[in-house]
Amino acid sequence: MKTASKIYTGLVMLFLFAPIAILLVFSFNDSKSLAVFSEFSLHWYRELFRDSETLGAVRNTLILAASAALISTVMGTAAAVGIHKLKNRYMRAAMDTVTNIPMINPDIITGISLMLMFVFVGRLFGAATSLNFVTMLIAHITFCLPYVILQVLPKLQQMDKALPEAAMDLGCTPMRAFLKVEVPEIMPGIITGLIMAFTLSLDDFVISYFTSGNGFQTLPIRIYNMTKKTVTPKMYALATIIFFVILFLLLLSNLTDSDTAKAVRTAREKKRARRTRPAA
Amino acid sequence: MKKTLSVLLAAVMLLALCALSGCGSSDTLTLNVYNWGEYISDGSEDSLNTIKAFEQWYRETYGQKVKVNYTTYASNEDMYAKLSSGAVSYDVIIPSDYMIARLAQENMLLPLDFANIPNYEYIDESFRGLYYDPQDTYSVPYTYGVVGVIYNASVVDEADARGWDLMWNEKYKGNIVQFNNSRDAFATAMYKLGIDVNTTDRAEWERALAELKTQAPLVKSYVMDEIYNMMESGEAAVGAYYAGDYFTMLDAQAEGVDLRFYYPERTNYFVDAMCIPSCCQHKELAEIFINYMLSEEPAVANAEYIYYASPNALVYENEEYREELGEEAMEILYPGIEDFSKLYNEYAYQNLDPETLDFVNTLWESLKIA
Repeated sequence: MKTASKIYTGLVMLFLFAPIAILLVFSFNDSKSLAVFSEFSLHWYRELFRDSETLGAVRNTLILAASAALISTVMGTAAAVGIHKLKNRYMRAAMDTVTNIPMINPDIITGISLMLMFVFVGRLFGAATSLNFVTMLIAHITFCLPYVILQVLPKLQQMDKALPEAAMDLGCTPMRAFLKVEVPEIMPGIITGLIMAFTLSLDDFVISYFTSGNGFQTLPIRIYNMTKKTVTPKMYALATIIFFVILFLLLLSNLTDSDTAKAVRTAREKKRARRTRPAA
Repeated sequence: MKKTLSVLLAAVMLLALCALSGCGSSDTLTLNVYNWGEYISDGSEDSLNTIKAFEQWYRETYGQKVKVNYTTYASNEDMYAKLSSGAVSYDVIIPSDYMIARLAQENMLLPLDFANIPNYEYIDESFRGLYYDPQDTYSVPYTYGVVGVIYNASVVDEADARGWDLMWNEKYKGNIVQFNNSRDAFATAMYKLGIDVNTTDRAEWERALAELKTQAPLVKSYVMDEIYNMMESGEAAVGAYYAGDYFTMLDAQAEGVDLRFYYPERTNYFVDAMCIPSCCQHKELAEIFINYMLSEEPAVANAEYIYYASPNALVYENEEYREELGEEAMEILYPGIEDFSKLYNEYAYQNLDPETLDFVNTLWESLKIA
């Protein structure tokens, strides 16, 4: 039984990571082929850093993901606080449903409808081109928003309602109570929302595809467009770099997570010790 | 709370306004170029980055800065969808032949002013008056290509390597790959049987389907891009593709694989050409760009990068280019350029009417399901 479960785990790991391993290995291949590994070389990495179009697309993708994540986190947190404060049960249910729509809506429908709206509004104002960076940004915020709300709302519900009330009782303005008491309390939700929004925006293809205009093209669109010819191994190199950057960030966040957890635990223990000392 | 929110909203609005009015300097011209992915020399492998070269050349010649906004698409249909949405504005596009015919018919192209494109004279005579642009009003040919049969000589007998019959040869059962799109797959059967690929006669299409059905048990798989890896690794031994792409496979073939190439008697031809869409904002600049791309240095760089044949005499008569490709490759890429227009107008795909297209797709489905 034990060996069977080990084999099963091994197989799952294999299917999860074999594609990445293959990508990694062939990014160091000297030739263009996926059939033969001729010799180890950094050829494709050199080519990648010479390819200004691809680097431009990477830059565009990062700018878009960072701004979409930041804006949607601020807006999403504000929305979550608002929804949390709603007293009317029906109103709340309605808001929940509305928030969920962009999330369960197929990407292709979100993409097309956003494009139509941008074109319509653009025509209304007589603009020659209505799709640009800003339309893409609005589209990305639209689909990131519900994820942020969904991360922040449970944290608000978990929070002791008495906390901000106590703060205000002790003389805080509502704004100060929100910033000093509520925000730190819901911070884990905000951070998770931010990271989720960033990654969602980073790898979105369908919605970006419909809402991109001239001049601003993201990396997923650029790779997709390479299919007239084959995708060059430069992209394997790029994917490898992205994989390791994300792995590094993940490790870092896990490490700091356990560090903070440890710090919190020791602080609590100290506090308890202090409290028990006078009694002893 | 309300205050920060309104400040934030105001900031967002300002940003949007800024984008609409187009803040930023106005003394730099912007040229929006929309091309296939991987379809221009981009400076990799020590080649010339033709876009950057154009920007520099323009500044030196006209004393004004120009920024080329270069974006890419994956298919003619993708490009058409973007263009017809009316939400974008491009100055130069490079569609394929049948798409040019469609765009011209729908008034989506502007007639070119050839006074601004003097280099047009280097385009070979046989690329004038092709069916998609009979009066040569809208387009300047960029590349062209011919479909041929690629085979692995260490598996296939030299004697069998002729005509479309090789793709129907029982000896190579499980070694043959066929196109995974209806137009290209049907065409192989139609060229084999000598049927006009642009026919509207349904009985002829049925006949081609029957031919494809006899081929089906021999076919390893129906592929598009995957053909590169399958041929390179020796996983498949027979398949049809464009001559230019054969060289890409040849460069990457595994040990023990010996890829060769030949043209069947009847086959498909394509031309991709530079056009100016009606949403163009800087027509003269676009024409200058097209003219620049026809001049020797960038045209040779592009042809070497793309590996498709060029209709430009400055390219195919260029000594360095001929040397770089080698005699054998020159012969394959440029098979008798003289009677190109005749062959092209006879065998190339043209736009099918929607009813025929629907009918063909139904037949195709029935083949794939069986």
